Amino acid sequence: MKIKYTEALIIGGGLAGLRSAIATTKRGLDTIVLSLVPVKRSHSAAAQGGMQASLANSVMGEGDNEDVHFADTVKGSDWGCDQEVVRMFVQTAPKAIRELASWGVPWTRIKGGNREVVINTKRTTITEKDEAHGLINARDFGGTKKWRTCYTADATGHTMLYAVANEAMRLGVVIEDKKEAISLITENNQCYGAIVRDLKTGELTAYVAKGTLIATGGYGRIYKQSTNATICKGTGHAIALEAGAYLANMEAVQFHPTPIVPSGILLTEGCRGDGGVLRDKDGYRFMPDYEPEKKDLASRDVVSRRMLEHIRKGKGVKSPYGEHLWLDISILGREHIEKNLRDVQDISKTFNGIDPADEGEKGWMPVLPMQHYSMGGIRVTPKGESVNIKGLFACGEAACWDLHGFNRLGGNSVSETVVAGMIIGEYFADFCSRNDIIIGTTVVEDELKRQDDYINYLLSLNGGEKIYDIKDRMRTIMQEKVGIFRNGKDLDDAVKELSELLEKTKHITVSNKCRLLNPELEEAYKVPMMLKVALCVAKGARERKESRGAHYREDYLKRDDKNWLNKTITYWKNPDDLEPSIKYEPLDIMKMEMPPAFRGYGRKGQIIENPLSKKRQQEIDRIKAEHKGDRFELQEKLMPYNLPNGYKDRNERLGVGYE
Amino acid sequence: MSREITITAFKYNPSDKNSKPTFAEYKLTETPGMTLYIALTKIKATIDHDLSSDFVCRAGICGACGMIINGKPRLACKTLTSEFKDGKIELLPLPTFKLIKDLSVDTGSWMKNMSIRVQSWIEAHEQTDITKIEKRVEPEVAQEVFELDRCIECGLCVAACSTAIMRKDFVGAVGLNRVARFQIDPHDKRTDSDFYEIIGDDEGIFGCMSLLACEDHCPKNLPLQSKIAYMRRKMVKA
Repeated sequence: MKIKYTEALIIGGGLAGLRSAIATTKRGLDTIVLSLVPVKRSHSAAAQGGMQASLANSVMGEGDNEDVHFADTVKGSDWGCDQEVVRMFVQTAPKAIRELASWGVPWTRIKGGNREVVINTKRTTITEKDEAHGLINARDFGGTKKWRTCYTADATGHTMLYAVANEAMRLGVVIEDKKEAISLITENNQCYGAIVRDLKTGELTAYVAKGTLIATGGYGRIYKQSTNATICKGTGHAIALEAGAYLANMEAVQFHPTPIVPSGILLTEGCRGDGGVLRDKDGYRFMPDYEPEKKDLASRDVVSRRMLEHIRKGKGVKSPYGEHLWLDISILGREHIEKNLRDVQDISKTFNGIDPADEGEKGWMPVLPMQHYSMGGIRVTPKGESVNIKGLFACGEAACWDLHGFNRLGGNSVSETVVAGMIIGEYFADFCSRNDIIIGTTVVEDELKRQDDYINYLLSLNGGEKIYDIKDRMRTIMQEKVGIFRNGKDLDDAVKELSELLEKTKHITVSNKCRLLNPELEEAYKVPMMLKVALCVAKGARERKESRGAHYREDYLKRDDKNWLNKTITYWKNPDDLEPSIKYEPLDIMKMEMPPAFRGYGRKGQIIENPLSKKRQQEIDRIKAEHKGDRFELQEKLMPYNLPNGYKDRNERLGVGYE
Repeated sequence: MSREITITAFKYNPSDKNSKPTFAEYKLTETPGMTLYIALTKIKATIDHDLSSDFVCRAGICGACGMIINGKPRLACKTLTSEFKDGKIELLPLPTFKLIKDLSVDTGSWMKNMSIRVQSWIEAHEQTDITKIEKRVEPEVAQEVFELDRCIECGLCVAACSTAIMRKDFVGAVGLNRVARFQIDPHDKRTDSDFYEIIGDDEGIFGCMSLLACEDHCPKNLPLQSKIAYMRRKMVKA
């Protein structure tokens, strides 16, 4: 039996995992990062539009600070987030971006003087201050009050990932790619590492560690149409689930308004942030009719629903792939597109033969909302540790930390990966420094043997069902019944059929019996994992009888703060169960810095208010009226929070210093 | 009108003693907008569950799916089957990289070795105070660095390179471009003679024979030719 020891084990080599590894390595801990693919190919690379941080360098960001970023994020989440975590995040984000600049991310910089931008389809001249010349620029994104999204053209995730991976290499972090964790090693509700399959040889090895951190990204591939990479299957969630860990808000799934049809490849929100607009079959710009204030740049959940609402009114464009709408960026001009939206142009030209810089309808790109982001994940404390398994940490999209609640703002996810890596990386390092490996080798060997036997068992099955058909059916069910518009009947059908599919996976036949390098065998152990994750999503959605953020129930149209201001917790009680168990974790209004209210966009009059919201607001108003001192002291009175490693220090800004 | 296309793929599992290199032939119906990602996914799900290949982003962003397509190194996810008028497509794994199985090669180890060899990171020689306003960078300089930072390490330039095939340790256009990127980055404090220490030999800048297949096949259209020439001039002076 092969056993490897380390101090900090990190599963997942995207931005969150690598930034955490930098934190533990800097603290002198032996660290191993495991990744399904060479780390620079992680899905973080696909983040296009940018990273939110309230630098306030640009004239369009003037007046921005942590408080404004905080309010935008809480509203975006439809009050489903943990406000303490949002505070931790907004305070650290400016530091994260400045650290990344020093590691070589070539952020687009401000040129002092006049520049032409497109606002509300009109060319407008804005004047950047000379003092801002050479500082990091920002663009507009959905659901934000200020232009706050910092960027490198439309390849932001790529440049961030390369900078962080390079820095990890400089520090000598051990990175092992083509390695897949297939189960966690636990004893007495504490995690001591993972059983890992080598995807180059098929061999199993036990990685035993003081602490284990999961940073495996989202679970978009359980849907038929998703912008996610092929590796985003939620297997990191599944191994946590199978080890008994709680998952939270799995039904909170984001659908991005503008993936291109039919390939489902994302076209960044930066298209609309820079001034692009949505149009219908008549070429009519419809969003201002629905959302007079934010127009095309309301939050993603709202824009996606408005688009489908508009298609239902008969305004969609018919195509062999069903109906779609148009995204028009031609109004931005060729020069802007070829500099700032070149990957978008490349994608559109390659996959659709459309050059979006061509004027008029010739350049319009076909778009339709598709699955994009997983707000739900492994439920962790503000320090990033699983709420019920000691020594198991999670960060980035894999975690429900919970920064995004029921809807994430564009530009906040790639920002979260690095910020959470900084913060949770420190707390994770604390844990690994203070704890020993106190697990017997027999426990490790038993788990290794159990996984070894499981692979033999899968190869021995002879029930005739095909794993590829099961997977295909699962993805269709999720697409059709657990999509943007949800209702009780469809969700009930979905849960039932997904359970049946999970049962069916015990009756498959793997045609190729080879244990090594066998793609069919990989499907055979991954699909049941994906089904468990899908069941958490579907059952969570069925039980949540309200509409909040991206979770929209046609049979319960209102956001119900009275009964549903909580997090859904799903977990797997017994290994043979065919659906998850479910319970709820309440959110405490009386501790919130910003009690629930109207978001400022989306449908009006759709809230069942909780009486505590008013009470807490009155309390806040009183504290504010009595307060003498600066905004930081006021914030501390309203909702205190902690950060490690000096991350709570104030951030300097142009013109206002550290105020 | 949909037509039938024929995809011929190299198959070999070096870890299996009984495996012999062969070609497998697959016939399938072309669908509108079909890419080789879509075609191979379909083959794997319906015709040959055993076929191995590497796809991650399937959008030309991650660089995982390089292969030899009708004789040219290309990204499979960005290749449309409709380009091939006779409907015949032959797929081989990228040369130079270690074969894992069929069309899957180990670009990860190669790129990791190259990155460590060329010290592919910022050497700042100082700590940055991240609470302070960031260091200013001229917008044009940031743009220039970004242009070179767009490399996705797909390895097509290496697979197309005669030197890389002859010299196992040649860092390739990908490595030389990387050094050029750090050389112009104002955050990096290394001098030209520091860079000479890294690439001033036949495994580095003087190994290039200027055949320029790298630039011909770069899916990101990086200016590899001019950057290699630029670095060579710098290194000769260093």
